Amino acid sequence: MATLQVELVAVEKMIWSGEASMVIARTTEGELGVLPGHAPLLGELAPGGVVRIRPESGEDLVVAAHGGFLSVTERGVSILAETAEISTDIDVERAREALRRAEQAGDDPEALAAARRAQSRLRAAGQDA
Amino acid sequence: MAASLRALRRRIRSTRSTKKIFSAQELIAGARIVRAQARVEASQPYAREITRVLSALAGSASLDHPLLSERPEPKRVAVLVITSDRGFAGSYNVNVLRRTEELLGLLRNEGKEPLVYVIGRKGETYYRFRDRPVEESWTGFSEQPKYEDAQEVGRTLIDAFTAGEDDADGDGGADGILGVDELHIVYTEFRSLLAQVPVAKRMAPLVVEEVDDLGDGDGADAGQDQSARSSEVPTSYEFEPSAEALLDALLPKYVTTRIYAALLESAASESASRRRAMKSASDNAEELAKNLSRQANQARQAGITQEISEIVGGADALVSSSSDN
Repeated sequence: MATLQVELVAVEKMIWSGEASMVIARTTEGELGVLPGHAPLLGELAPGGVVRIRPESGEDLVVAAHGGFLSVTERGVSILAETAEISTDIDVERAREALRRAEQAGDDPEALAAARRAQSRLRAAGQDA
Repeated sequence: MAASLRALRRRIRSTRSTKKIFSAQELIAGARIVRAQARVEASQPYAREITRVLSALAGSASLDHPLLSERPEPKRVAVLVITSDRGFAGSYNVNVLRRTEELLGLLRNEGKEPLVYVIGRKGETYYRFRDRPVEESWTGFSEQPKYEDAQEVGRTLIDAFTAGEDDADGDGGADGILGVDELHIVYTEFRSLLAQVPVAKRMAPLVVEEVDDLGDGDGADAGQDQSARSSEVPTSYEFEPSAEALLDALLPKYVTTRIYAALLESAASESASRRRAMKSASDNAEELAKNLSRQANQARQAGITQEISEIVGGADALVSSSSDN
């Protein structure tokens, strides 16, 4: 079966790259699944969003990607994020703490962005946010 | 004689201990270059991707975004200078600042009013000492810049740029804020361990650059990227949301990425200059210590010779006086 060549890059480094059979992401317009052979697409990921990468075998790779873009070409899928974290690397306690702090900080744009980041991390780790 | 010998020994001791400091600095800088180069390397995939996405977008969207269009009469111009926080880096800061002066002169000749934004403590003191206005300065991250730092700088500059859109003749325009019409950046490009070149570039209005300008990406890689791009550009993309909205979101990020890349390059250059400066300083200290110890040995031998001749002379005097009796 055809596979997608997936690259997940954050600003400071390449986080993950490899073959996958499906990528599920949420853009600002809505949830979106990408299978091999998808039409070329550029999308902005929803803030606080989570990206799922389904490899050919094994568990889904769940990633908290913040401030990013999704680009689908015939070569594959690249996900660009300002910050991205794989679910297994996420420290749930710290994310909760960050969310609490951000919520207390009121509603300036910085705090809202921090809250969204924390939410996406929690969601990626499979927790309620 | 004995007094000068003691003075010489003291100088040798102090030279040797300064040399230890220099070589420690050299080693630290050496380790930092490797790390900085790795970070430049690590930031390449993102820079490459964002450029690719942007060129795909540029092919589809209308290009009248404020960050892309030239303003009819640019008046105020922002110049961002990247210097280091610490000295001990040879001619690193001098070179960047000299390049900046050239650019400022050029801009003034064109009838524009340059505003200086500074990164790094050295640049800050340079302008403060000369009593020249600095619009804004950031310090504390020149050696190990983070993306957040670039974001902060980028936000300030883009805000100033956006505010400048409706300015008219020294008047803030609709938003009442005096902004800028162009963004320039001066930083040090890391060509190799031996060559770091200060460069000045215009960031906005934006020219989307080829990826290999962002770092020392090897030629083969860049070539491959180019061929890939030329085969991809004709494909028509679907956009979510619209191409214009995407461009709105992407361009500021692209500017920030450019700043981040410049910061990383400058950090690598800073460490390379520092290492070179510290290497020659410790070589010089070694040389000085060697010369001084030669002088000290000479002084010591001269002292011994003198003592011997004094003893011999004394003994001769005794012998001759006793034989007189």
